[in-house]
Amino acid sequence: MAKKISILIVDDEESVRDSLSNWFIEDGYQVECAENAKMALQLIESSYFDIVLTDIKMPGMDGLEMLRRIKSLRNDAIVIVMTAFASVNTAVMALKDGAFDYITKPFDPDDLSHLIRNASKQILLAQENEALKNKVVSLDSVEDLIGNSEAMKKVLKQVESVAQSNSSVIITGESGTGKELIARAIHANSSRKYYPLVSVHCGALTESLLESELFGHEKGAFTGAMYNRKGRFEMADSGTIFLDEIATISSKMQIELLRVLETKTFVRVGGNKETSSDFRVICATNRDLKSMVEQGLFREDLYYRLNVVNINVPPLRERVEDIPLLIDYFIKKYCSSMNKQPVTIDEAAMQRLEEYPFPGNIRELENMIERAIVIGNGKKITLKDLPFGKDMLDNSIESLDDFEKTFIRQILNKYSWNISRTAKALKVDRVTLYNKIKKYDLKPEE
Amino acid sequence: MNQQNITLINFGYLGKNFLEKIAEAVGQEFRYPVILKESHLDLSEFFDPGRRQYNGNKILQALNTSPTPKAFKTIGLFSVDLFIPILTFIFGQAMLNGQTGIASLFRLSNERYGIEADEKLLLERFTKEVIHELGHTFGLIHCMTPTCVMRSSTYVEDIDQKNQNLCHYCREKLTAVIPDQPVR
Repeated sequence: MAKKISILIVDDEESVRDSLSNWFIEDGYQVECAENAKMALQLIESSYFDIVLTDIKMPGMDGLEMLRRIKSLRNDAIVIVMTAFASVNTAVMALKDGAFDYITKPFDPDDLSHLIRNASKQILLAQENEALKNKVVSLDSVEDLIGNSEAMKKVLKQVESVAQSNSSVIITGESGTGKELIARAIHANSSRKYYPLVSVHCGALTESLLESELFGHEKGAFTGAMYNRKGRFEMADSGTIFLDEIATISSKMQIELLRVLETKTFVRVGGNKETSSDFRVICATNRDLKSMVEQGLFREDLYYRLNVVNINVPPLRERVEDIPLLIDYFIKKYCSSMNKQPVTIDEAAMQRLEEYPFPGNIRELENMIERAIVIGNGKKITLKDLPFGKDMLDNSIESLDDFEKTFIRQILNKYSWNISRTAKALKVDRVTLYNKIKKYDLKPEE
Repeated sequence: MNQQNITLINFGYLGKNFLEKIAEAVGQEFRYPVILKESHLDLSEFFDPGRRQYNGNKILQALNTSPTPKAFKTIGLFSVDLFIPILTFIFGQAMLNGQTGIASLFRLSNERYGIEADEKLLLERFTKEVIHELGHTFGLIHCMTPTCVMRSSTYVEDIDQKNQNLCHYCREKLTAVIPDQPVR
């Protein structure tokens, strides 16, 4: 058993609670007891129980009403009802309301063991199912890491060596270079691969939403919090959490994140109980975190806590030799998903793609190939299927100056802001290029 | 020397020879001196007329509130049918990490199941049951190893499947709890 199954026993008779509690503790379960439904619901709201074993006839709220309330809090809760009075009607009612099973007191020891074993099996199967789903996704992702270039080989070697450790990893690289795929590959090759890989896109959430997403919340913690909800850290227990766009989190979240990383414990929003989780953290960003630290925009202690290993994913323009492999991969992928015969690509189109600087990196190449397959003749991708020419123009370009600015920026990026090489490519002298950079206030991309 | 011991208290009018063999096996397994005692307990107050059985929880409580001097662990031995409120019957029970346990041979004899009596088998079963309950008092929980004495047994056939010894894993756990186990 990877993790102890937790059981909540609800019965108004002390002797029943004690007997059941002893029985389950001896079997290695984690047990808590409540003497009435009200107390049980309070416990369920503050803690997570895998199984709830409840009596039906209790003073105050009865077991059936409690079952309905538990189901409204956590629909996947496994509730087993027990009663001293065997009644088919009550049993049917309980099962209709979502009880996992029904047992009549006193039980044969074997029946009780079987019942709990079945419930535990269901819990473990659900966990395994979730882990396998993630595993399949992860394995796909490893196959998605295409590249024969030296730059990519270096990245893959880093992935392999870092996967076996538990160290935090920061993946850096321009937008569209496949940072999330690298995170999936690290997870899929680690000992945590049978447990979930949970991704959080920090940039897409406001501070309060991110807080609730990461730490979970209690019912009623804020407007709209209708159920208790596990946070991403809790979901990633035994697995990996991937925090994308980490540079965008607020300074308050930076402090909270640092505390969680140091203690591996946290409190749900609106809750008061500490929860612990064993996770590995992988972050990604397209920003230069170190310079953000120097500018006081990112906490230095958090930076060092996260940056145990740094993997830099090269932009596509620095691994041009991978472009044919990637094109071949995307052609197969999209022809197969669109039920089309695999197409080829003509030489001119291939050459044009190899020369193009791809500011949007692999994501941009993938979109181009998908588009070409959709609009193409179904046999061969040619230059006219590719969005070069007027389609390439950014919608924001409305003047000649805009066009010149965008073009110069692209070429500067292509040559990694090497002024001499850029000037040579643009067929202007270095002074002219400096003047243009000053005129358009161009700066290297962060 | 004022050394701690394991005390087995005979409440069930069990034979001396029979108990000495159990005591010997217990001593070998836990490496503590084992003391045998005879005692009397009025069981009528623990009798449930509706179930025609004796309440194991209450007996255990009673035994626990009158500790035996110098006894590190105490197991009460009975020959009546024991139950706890939630279960139809029990062979025995103990306080996990506590001082006290109880065991009964009522449901361990072959005759109970219409089979020819077998004294040797009865001794084996009861020995395993006593060692199992003692294991709980040392903090050991049920073990998944099929032959380990700490494996949970619902029926006598289950008891027959296991040995009267702790498996390697449970032995390690016991040693961690009592590293300075005295040698008998």
